[in-house]
Amino acid sequence: MAAKVITVTSGKGGVGKTTTTANVGLALAEAGQRVALIDGDIGLRNLDVVLGLENRIVYDLVDVVEGRCRLKQAMIRDKRLPELYLIPAAQTRDKSAVSPSDMVRLCNELCNEVDFILIDSPAGIERGFRNVIAPADSVIVVTNPEVSAVRDADRIIGLVEAEEKGPVNLVINRINTAMAKRGDMLTPEDVLELLAVKLIGVVPEDEQVVVSTNRGNPVVLENKSKAGQAFRNIAKRIMGTDVPFLDLDEKKDIFQKLSSILRQ
Amino acid sequence: MDNDIQEKKAALQIKGIKEGLLISFGEGTREEIVSNLLEHIQAQAGFFNGARIALDVGKTVMYAADMGALRDQLSEFGVTLWAMISSSPTTETTAQNLGLATRISAPRAERVIRTMDTAVGGEKAMLVHKTMRSGFKTSYDGHVIVIGDVNPGAEIVASGNIVVWGRLKGMVHAGSEGNDNAVVCALEMQPTLLRIAEVIAQPPTAKSGGFPATAYILNGQVVVDAWSIERKEYGS
Repeated sequence: MAAKVITVTSGKGGVGKTTTTANVGLALAEAGQRVALIDGDIGLRNLDVVLGLENRIVYDLVDVVEGRCRLKQAMIRDKRLPELYLIPAAQTRDKSAVSPSDMVRLCNELCNEVDFILIDSPAGIERGFRNVIAPADSVIVVTNPEVSAVRDADRIIGLVEAEEKGPVNLVINRINTAMAKRGDMLTPEDVLELLAVKLIGVVPEDEQVVVSTNRGNPVVLENKSKAGQAFRNIAKRIMGTDVPFLDLDEKKDIFQKLSSILRQ
Repeated sequence: MDNDIQEKKAALQIKGIKEGLLISFGEGTREEIVSNLLEHIQAQAGFFNGARIALDVGKTVMYAADMGALRDQLSEFGVTLWAMISSSPTTETTAQNLGLATRISAPRAERVIRTMDTAVGGEKAMLVHKTMRSGFKTSYDGHVIVIGDVNPGAEIVASGNIVVWGRLKGMVHAGSEGNDNAVVCALEMQPTLLRIAEVIAQPPTAKSGGFPATAYILNGQVVVDAWSIERKEYGS
């Protein structure tokens, strides 16, 4: 069966594209899928860092495209999950080292090896974006509940629709329920009202994400984290399971939790 | 003599009008006109019998006696004189005194009867049937109609009106060629920037809550009103 190619993009930088790619990829692999992650951010690679595979890179995407190695040689097998592979970006080159048709060819070659191909995008709408969008079967747009991030997501969705690369699924990352409640932050409803695409995940703000990213051990591997749970849910929805969205309301203290457990 | 008559006859024109026949004369004295007319009618008595005629005598001056006599003579042929048109004030006054009309209603040209045309031609417009997202721009020499939202960062420039069947949150410029009768209509009016002709709306005034609204120029300022059935003719 041919793999599904999913491109993770956002327009604006720093909203959590790489974090989402790494975590959703790990969650898919954990669920028994064969997954390949491609870092499309040539020249500014960091998917390898987030995954903790930095020190195992020998060949990269540009080496494959330019024929210096076989595809298999550039696929780094994850140390935790045997069916998760990373194809890292080159750090010493730039976006123009790869063309959109190179990416399509690469994905076609990978198609029979895995079930899912997740491509991490660079920020922006230039060459790098064209590269990663070319092979996509569907697109995940990551945004934060901030006006600027939503504006960029809107632009990206427009471009994806113009290229007829849909369907577009939306991940709203770093929701702070308390702030949204006070009206200091956009709520998921506000974001959805403007963007009008299918929501596939709402990820709460979580300090664990920063800690785990720095350690190269994505948060999805931590069972307790709410953000990790949210990413696992996204993976389930990608696989076609209908999972209810997390209740992000965290105002309950220990006594309220206890009483609600007792009432059940 | 024969030639003379030919000339006189050539100077006489008969035209059918709504009210009957209009007979116009070129230059000539009143005697010439009267004799010419009578000769003409005599020659075609059958045709003229029962006719209502209006005479256009140009500048020729006719007095009450001439006019009364002419009317009597005409009635012998069964012809009714009902109007006397002249550029001479004397003739005109005389005619009025005798109770004759001095004006023929409206154009003398044949009336063209058209079937009632209920199809409306309309004006040039462009339809955008999708949500306009950030970074998308459309400019058009005519009206622009959007079925969908106009998101922040999207731009519409139209020389005519702009109608948004959705939420308007982007930048719009109606009447871009200077037409300050242009209007902007939206189901929800929250533009980043709204401009009609040369007038830029101040952001707070350009907003409506969750109801359909229309923006137009009033006394040199852009005003936003709730959409209402009774309103002025827009954008004409």
